Amino acid sequence: MVAPTGSSRSLLSRLGTSHWVSPLALLVLWEAASRIGLIPARTLAAPSTVAGTLFAMIVSGELPSNLLVSFQRVLLGLSIGITAGVVLALIAGLSRRGEAAVDPVMQIKRTIPTLALTPLFIVWFGIGELPKVALIAFASTFPVYLNLYSGIRSVDPRLIEGARSFGLSQAQLIRHVILPGAMPSLLVGLRYSLSIAILVLVVAEQINASAGLGYLINNARDFLRTDIIVVCLMVYAMLGLGADWLVRLIERRALVWRPSMVDA
Amino acid sequence: MDARLNFIDPAEPPVSVPPPVVRLRGFVRSFGETTVLHGLDLDIRPGEFVALLGRSGSGKTTLLRTLAGLDAADGQDVRVPNSRAVVFQDARLLPWKKVWRNVALGLGGADIRDRAQAALREVGLGHRLDAWPLTLSGGEAQRVALARALVREPKLLLLDEPFAALDALTRLRMHDLVLDLWRAHQPAVLMVTHDVDEAIALADRVLVLDAGRIAAQERISIARGERGDLTQPLRHKLLDILGGTPASSGVIPFPQGGHL
Repeated sequence: MVAPTGSSRSLLSRLGTSHWVSPLALLVLWEAASRIGLIPARTLAAPSTVAGTLFAMIVSGELPSNLLVSFQRVLLGLSIGITAGVVLALIAGLSRRGEAAVDPVMQIKRTIPTLALTPLFIVWFGIGELPKVALIAFASTFPVYLNLYSGIRSVDPRLIEGARSFGLSQAQLIRHVILPGAMPSLLVGLRYSLSIAILVLVVAEQINASAGLGYLINNARDFLRTDIIVVCLMVYAMLGLGADWLVRLIERRALVWRPSMVDA
Repeated sequence: MDARLNFIDPAEPPVSVPPPVVRLRGFVRSFGETTVLHGLDLDIRPGEFVALLGRSGSGKTTLLRTLAGLDAADGQDVRVPNSRAVVFQDARLLPWKKVWRNVALGLGGADIRDRAQAALREVGLGHRLDAWPLTLSGGEAQRVALARALVREPKLLLLDEPFAALDALTRLRMHDLVLDLWRAHQPAVLMVTHDVDEAIALADRVLVLDAGRIAAQERISIARGERGDLTQPLRHKLLDILGGTPASSGVIPFPQGGHL
């Protein structure tokens, strides 16, 4: 490491390569433009206003309570979707008959964009919690299914054969060889499912919500409160980051045997 | 006298010749139109070390897979012991299981870790019990595969070109290790290889498989440490057979050579 000389030039050059500079500069420009009236508050609130609103919403409990509602929707929808995806992938992946029964239907389902089903789900499930959760569940099923199914099918046949030569039963083979072998694929599917779930949440919450982040945004839109809208966008972003972090945490635990993990 | 008749007729006292652990009679294996093995006869005595030489496509892997029970023998006259273990050319360790769990794969009982540890000590890897397989070198992985095979105390140990992917020095060390383990555990060994020197260095008997038939076999009675003088002529002989030239008079053509 270079000895710190305290000169302003080295600080400047370090700033030049820092990844924080451009976002910060944008923030400063945005704040300045708002202050001098270039960006009216009804178009986009100033960052300082947004920060104040965020603080106020946290203190009043408005944000935490609505976030909890949204969070529960995602959690419930994801649990159902992931469970369905895993079960269907196991059926299709572990038996030929299961494959014939499940896979064609799943491939048809894949061609339908989930969000296009929103009107139909409203007709079926009304405008309460059910269509929101159902949409999230429906959308998050497929990534898990597709990845786990192909993961099971692409487990190294030499490993299966090697294990079989030691007299492992079919059940032992699934437990010790096939499922651990398909684990990396399952985690890839999980990552996709989480991000899709959050995407669908945003749209699903536009359906006549009386609580949740979508409700906050809709309300804010009616009162032209761009500061609240920006706060909610930030929260959505945080949810996405949190989901990513969660999957990486699971990966680090489940895939400790991988060389990249072993070396780390 | 026909050795085959001699074998089927139980005229010999059973004490002098223990029953073979492996017995194949007229074994045929075909994939569609292609017949890979034509009426193969094979006997392996308990504790015998047999090397099976052959070019690519000679059917040696097919034979090994049959003996390993990986291919169904569909009602043919095939007798193999139930306790058998295979070491493949690629170690085929499960990367998501620690080394000792790989060794203990499919074993039952409370002391499996101890048994795995004992087997790993025998191959000189007692200190890598909790290592992940992907961190092992090729030679280490192959030693784990050997430990995994031997922990089952097999009556028949099948080696499918187990050292082909190793460097020359490691391969020589592995030869010594395999011989030590063979002497300690006394399984019958069938080692598939394409390396004539390896076959001569290790085996009691060398079989040459060509076009689905056993083209020749050589019994080597000289002690393993003193095979230096013998190596050259035998090597040429075996290479001649592998090269497809007619067998010289010194090689006993099958089936006159008998089964044992």
